[in-house]
Amino acid sequence: MKFGIVVNEGPYQHQASDSAYLFAKAAIEKGHEVWRVFFYHDGVNNASRLTEPPQDDRHIVNRWAKLAEEHKVDLVVCVAAALRRGIKEENLAQGFRISGLGQLVEAGIKCDRLVTFGD
Amino acid sequence: MSDAKKFMFVNRKAPYGTIYALESLEVVLITAAFDQDVSLAFLDDGVYQLKKGQQTKGIETKNFSPAYRALEDYDIEKLYVEKEAMVARGLTEEDFLVPVTVLSRAEMGKLMDEQDVVLSF
Repeated sequence: MKFGIVVNEGPYQHQASDSAYLFAKAAIEKGHEVWRVFFYHDGVNNASRLTEPPQDDRHIVNRWAKLAEEHKVDLVVCVAAALRRGIKEENLAQGFRISGLGQLVEAGIKCDRLVTFGD
Repeated sequence: MSDAKKFMFVNRKAPYGTIYALESLEVVLITAAFDQDVSLAFLDDGVYQLKKGQQTKGIETKNFSPAYRALEDYDIEKLYVEKEAMVARGLTEEDFLVPVTVLSRAEMGKLMDEQDVVLSF
């Protein structure tokens, strides 16, 4: 099955990003495709290159980047939501790209299931 | 429209206090531009998004409620309000900015079941 994932909450503050990541990983392990992950609302903060968690904690940003690299997952950050929150190309983490809300709609159209993580 | 998917946007949050309602509206408008079958559901505190007479000066936030009136210009005319949520908050259909269809919680559930994509904010 072809999945699209929407992440609506920031990392560390909220479990949504962790759950979305674990869902994506589990889906891929089961042989499904995760076509795109779309970051919206505070979810755009998952794409900040400046993120530096303590060493004994998971690195949520790098974890997404690694998943994208290994499984060709398209990580898209909403441009309007990102600019509001100070996420720009200059501080965008590896593996992510900034684009418009049309990418979210496209995921809804093209994927068999669109799964949202957030409040 | 035959190959269009049925998109439902579920609005559950008060219009201010968090940005969910405003950013939900932004996706709704984009989705309409993709010629999809769009409907909006309002439940829980989300019913307040449609309340007439919103005044946001005191919280220094933009009053985006006039945008709900513009939805029909985008051919978005399917707005559903959950009856239980509306009644629990002492509201009636006359309190809303735009014409809506009031559905019971059970009817709303059935409608959600018919959708291809449900985005909840």
